[in-house]
Amino acid sequence: MSTFIQTLIVGLRLGSIYALVALGYTMVYGIIRLINFAHGDFIMVGGYTMIFTIPVVLALGLPAWSSALFAILICAVVGMSTELVAYRPIRKRGTSMTALITAIAVSLLLENLAQAIPAIGPNPVVTSQIFSTGGFSISGVTMEWTTVLTIVISAVVMVVLYQFTQKTRLGRAMRCVSEDKEASILMGINVNNTILLTFAIGSGLSAVAALMYIAQYPKVYTTMGAMLGLKAFVAAVLGGIGIIPGAMLGGLIIGLVESFTTSYVSSSMADTFVFLILIVVLVIKPAGILGKNVGEKV
Amino acid sequence: MRDKKEPVLETRHLGITFGGLKAVQDFNINIYEGELVGLIGPNGAGKTTVFNMLTGVYLPTEGSVILNGEVLNGKKPYQVVASGVARTFQNIRLFKQMSVIENVKAAITKDTNYNMLDALLRTPRFWRVERELTEKAMDLLAIFKLEGKADQLASNLPYGQQRKLEIARALATNMKLLLLDEPAAGMNPTETAELLECINTIRKRFGISILLIEHDMSLVMNVCERIVVIDYGLTIASGLPEEIAKDPKVIAAYLGE
Amino acid sequence: MKKSITKGYIINIAVIAALMVGFELIKSATGDSQTFKLILVPSLWQCCYLIILAASLNLVLGFLGQLSLGHCGFMAIGAYAAALISLACERAGVFADKSSFSFILVLLGCILAAGILAALIGLLVGIPALRLRGDYLAIITLGFGMIIVNIINNLPFAGQEGLSLGSASASLYKNGLGFGTASKVTFVWVAIIVTLICLTMMFMFIRSKYGRAIKAIRDDEIAAAASGINTSYYKIFTFTYSAFFSGVAGALYACANATLSTSSFAFTNGGILNSTFIVVMVVLGGMGSLTGSVISAIIMFILNYEIKNGIWVKSLTGFLGGMFAYPMLVYAIILIVVIMFRPKGIFGTYELSLVNLIKDIKNYRAKKSKKPDKKEAK
Repeated sequence: MSTFIQTLIVGLRLGSIYALVALGYTMVYGIIRLINFAHGDFIMVGGYTMIFTIPVVLALGLPAWSSALFAILICAVVGMSTELVAYRPIRKRGTSMTALITAIAVSLLLENLAQAIPAIGPNPVVTSQIFSTGGFSISGVTMEWTTVLTIVISAVVMVVLYQFTQKTRLGRAMRCVSEDKEASILMGINVNNTILLTFAIGSGLSAVAALMYIAQYPKVYTTMGAMLGLKAFVAAVLGGIGIIPGAMLGGLIIGLVESFTTSYVSSSMADTFVFLILIVVLVIKPAGILGKNVGEKV
Repeated sequence: MRDKKEPVLETRHLGITFGGLKAVQDFNINIYEGELVGLIGPNGAGKTTVFNMLTGVYLPTEGSVILNGEVLNGKKPYQVVASGVARTFQNIRLFKQMSVIENVKAAITKDTNYNMLDALLRTPRFWRVERELTEKAMDLLAIFKLEGKADQLASNLPYGQQRKLEIARALATNMKLLLLDEPAAGMNPTETAELLECINTIRKRFGISILLIEHDMSLVMNVCERIVVIDYGLTIASGLPEEIAKDPKVIAAYLGE
Repeated sequence: MKKSITKGYIINIAVIAALMVGFELIKSATGDSQTFKLILVPSLWQCCYLIILAASLNLVLGFLGQLSLGHCGFMAIGAYAAALISLACERAGVFADKSSFSFILVLLGCILAAGILAALIGLLVGIPALRLRGDYLAIITLGFGMIIVNIINNLPFAGQEGLSLGSASASLYKNGLGFGTASKVTFVWVAIIVTLICLTMMFMFIRSKYGRAIKAIRDDEIAAAASGINTSYYKIFTFTYSAFFSGVAGALYACANATLSTSSFAFTNGGILNSTFIVVMVVLGGMGSLTGSVISAIIMFILNYEIKNGIWVKSLTGFLGGMFAYPMLVYAIILIVVIMFRPKGIFGTYELSLVNLIKDIKNYRAKKSKKPDKKEAK
């Protein structure tokens, strides 16, 4: 029984990280109808930023996790730059196919650039624990503080983001642009800036995800974002792409599936199961659990 | 020639509801062989929605579409074409990266009876069928005076000729009923007059029935034998052009009350 | 019309014959040299399967207009199928050694079987996957590609460590396919002819009602359906057809390599069997031009070879040195540059036709010189 609870907790923690990343995917897809393949690699960018800034921050007497603030900033900048340099020009004069290929190319570029830069390099970097270890026990089940923190932060972020899109002007602008770009322009919304803001927030979120991920597995390597990003994308699709609560729901489900598959079947089959879920969802209900089907206007 | 007993196209209480919105309700129309019927109404009235139901793009939530006695409800678009209905689109949808003649050839789906093996081995049957396809396509292009541009990229044609190419492509499917969705949109009077001539030519030559959506009243009044008017998804008038022109309900729908 | 068809056949066959004679001449002149054996021949093998791979993906990406990221999976199926069948034949004693006639039959049989098996899996993948479009199709084919490789990984007789160390015994594999240097030279003509046949089959497909149908689907799927084209059928057919050739390429790969390992086909791998590498080849050559795929496959092969072995590359230091240590970085840059500045690739949708070559060159020259007043009033 305690294995079950343990697996459940691991699943929730993993799922919270996936949810954070999925939120970024879903927001960007909602607004420009493009899967930002590079999103997973922003996590890697966040991770390495923290590797470099943790010593600086510690020297200043600040806690280790404050390096995440730098990471959020850097990731947001990287995200916005990608949109400005790569996606926006292609949206203007390319087709959706070229936009898709551009996204894949950017992802490839980021991953391999990181490998090639000697300072970052191909070898994984191990970092120190960011948060204090230790936790507490309830009836034989251990619960670390990092786990609680991860789940709580993830939930808080989702709630804050949801309120942001529902209640604030900027957030509503994001929803408007997602629904109808032309009408948004007519209503006086600066579509380009709204898209930039979306990228900034989404990419910033991946930095937070990186923080939580490193807190749990203190190792940073250049391809860490790839698989994480892919699975988070599956989570976003599962919950309903473009829908914020959907990202949370999808993330948790994928995290649980992966955790339970690893415990009860085998770790090498975990990825296969996650992708099988993707296939099932896309075939049965592509709009996702919380999504609505919208066809193309003829 | 005119078989008044059995209509080519018959719709019975055809309608579709999206969520809570009744886009089209109780649409009844009979089109006989060789007839040219106009479908008019203000923007958003549901005209293209009717076309989409007739061609299998939308599944009607009520009523039925019957073509020469065959029920078309639920058929996929390409099956509807095989049964004998073809259409053009409000916003021209040509195959932009293909040549003019390829656009027409792509639509000749009947009588292309060679299989993959023939294509791979380039059998005599392959060459014969390809030659026939080319002849038929050039024939159709000639009606619209496009045969000189057969090898040009479709996207390089001027607007008016692109519209004609779309009609030629629809004709290539060998249909019995042709649905034209605002063929004169964006055309100047000269081009519209040419279009009128083309429509008359194809009616004389192929003896097909045509259902025409159009906003250009000069074209509608000139060429349609009968007109059906819909507004907010409901049929508000149906009859001869002269009657429709004088119908107060129609005038109110277009000008507002 | 008949005369130009015959003329076409004659010209094409004559050029191919000339190329083969040329190759034989080179072989007899340099045949015993190390350069020929160790560099030219393995290079030819690699070019052959890269060409087939690029062209096969072009069918789906360039002509049908759908992005599939799972073709590495089909290649893996082809490679393992060919290797295992040849092993089984050897164990069963179907052929004694590589010089016997029965071996050639086994070889050709393996290549064909590899293609058919890959096509079957392509059919199974295509049926659910092709209901989706664009981004979703890319991801789902990526997923399928990963699942396929994962499954092969977990098969007891293929195994994670590869067919050199796996449960199918090492020495056995070395005697199945998995040619050594000498065999590679002997059988290189098989690779070349298989490549030519595959290219011809793809070309025939494109220049037929099938090609027209899928180009129509690419340009406007709704209009294609409205023109009577059964879009589901053609999409699945093309995908399956393309998977067949990827499988054949995989079989050739199995011939040219002494070991097979599933990690070479993985998506995160930086090598040339990566699905993204194939995408780079297709985009560079031109989506919609088989000629382009052939040329870009050769270009990318040369580039890859230079990066891995070029002396001048080894002398680069620092960041540049690091860059070339990761060929995938170079390919990523190529992809971005091409897709942003010349998305049509080198050849666009132009298709080389030997018959029309002279006419095409004249047209091209005329267009270039007329450029200033090309935009006449329309």
